Amino acid sequence: MSRKPVKVKADPETTGHVWDGIQEFNNPLPRWWLWALYLTIIWGIGYVIAYPAWPLISGATPGLLGYSTRANVAKEIQRFEDANAPVEAKLVAADLPAIATDPELANFAKNAGGAVFRTRCAPCHGAGGAGARGYPNLLDNDWLWGGTMEDIHQTVSHGIRNTTDPDARYSQMPAFGEFLEPEEIDAVVNYVLAISGQDHDAGLAEAGAVVFADNCAACHGEDGTGDREQGAPNLTDAIWLYGGDPATLTETVTKARFGVMPAWAGRLSESDIRAVTAYVHGQGGGE
Amino acid sequence: MGILDKHQVLEKNASLLLAGSFLVVTIGGAVEIAPLFYLENTIEKVEGMRPYTPLELTGRDIYVREGCYVCHSQMIRPMRDEVERYGHYSLAAESMYDHPFQWGSKRTGPDLARVGGRYSDEWHVDHLTDPQSVVPVSVMPKYGFLANRHIDAEHIGDRLSTDALVGVPYTDDMIAQGAADFAAQADPDADTDGLLERYPGAVVSNFDGQPGITEMDALIAYLQVLGTLVDFSTFQPDASR
Repeated sequence: MSRKPVKVKADPETTGHVWDGIQEFNNPLPRWWLWALYLTIIWGIGYVIAYPAWPLISGATPGLLGYSTRANVAKEIQRFEDANAPVEAKLVAADLPAIATDPELANFAKNAGGAVFRTRCAPCHGAGGAGARGYPNLLDNDWLWGGTMEDIHQTVSHGIRNTTDPDARYSQMPAFGEFLEPEEIDAVVNYVLAISGQDHDAGLAEAGAVVFADNCAACHGEDGTGDREQGAPNLTDAIWLYGGDPATLTETVTKARFGVMPAWAGRLSESDIRAVTAYVHGQGGGE
Repeated sequence: MGILDKHQVLEKNASLLLAGSFLVVTIGGAVEIAPLFYLENTIEKVEGMRPYTPLELTGRDIYVREGCYVCHSQMIRPMRDEVERYGHYSLAAESMYDHPFQWGSKRTGPDLARVGGRYSDEWHVDHLTDPQSVVPVSVMPKYGFLANRHIDAEHIGDRLSTDALVGVPYTDDMIAQGAADFAAQADPDADTDGLLERYPGAVVSNFDGQPGITEMDALIAYLQVLGTLVDFSTFQPDASR
């Protein structure tokens, strides 16, 4: 590697500083650097005139361009709201069951509702709506509180067993560990195993039938098929919210369950709620 | 070169140079920072903001201790995508009682500025215990041990007075009742009139669903209040920012 020899003036000017016999050259700064400095200063002056800058007594100088982050975001949101306004107005005005039959509304609700679902509902009900332990699967036709458009709309708007919305769906299963003897719980668990078609102890199940009729039938029905008025699950099918094995059933009977869903009426617009209602309704289990 | 000659005095005297540098930085700081403390529009007037309850404040300390801020921000920026996803953009007033604030800019997980009320307490227990049980793609670590760590309100009075010292409006009454409020918020059967009078809108619940007060209770109490206090129906945004 060969380097260009550095050009040195024959008799360079010095600053006159001398420390321990070492002198300091007074070479000018590179011209490109100096011009860049002057340009940034000019640009800086222009910037504080055009944009919000100096803090004064009651607020900062607003700048000639009237730039405001908040106004920008409001404008941006308004742009999308204006674009969606006609179809959203139609969605809010429509009869709930009619949404699915109107191609325009159904298409909008599927997409807008899907976006709402993936943002707000997926953490509990899963990105695909298949739920998780304790959070209902929304793809099947086994509904706790009903699967019509009206039912789902009510559930999404007001939620379930929350303390923030007086119209929330509410019911409370007692913790039967406080009322029943362990043997009775064992018996009723075997009865539930029997009516849901699982392996069980026939003798215990027979005794459990009595316990069930006395304690459980009021909500879950005499035949154990549940009651949507109270969100009481059907116990005769193979679909379980918390689990249908003996250990989980024993825990459920002993301690009870109290699944809570937040109300979305204050957080989502009516149009968003209707869109996500139609989206959930259209996932396969809608009634 | 007169001024350069005079400058030599500064350059050759380290103490003087230090004093001079400090003066320059002070002027810069005073111009840039000081106005923020008295400008009327730095922190907008909003309805509903109150200091954290003792239990929420304890939960907040656990949030900081566990480094939640390393992956979660608490700052919804004024951009359409963020407002659509998380809710109204964050206001300065919403973190005015935070010492230190938890704004952050690193989002491995979602922003938590408005997570309050968005999920049930039970979901938070499930999610903190085993995040992947409810969100399979999550990379969040497990925090189930919080449910085994019981806590008491022994030092809560000191904790509140420390915040009062730096400007959080905790009254003497709030500090005196700190331990009682701490216990009442985690007990749905407790008399919560005093708690709700001192801290309007406080959510009372047995957050972790088990007896006793654990770190899980405190953390969920904190998460459930985030972003829920300001009444946005009465809020008029100041457009000059």
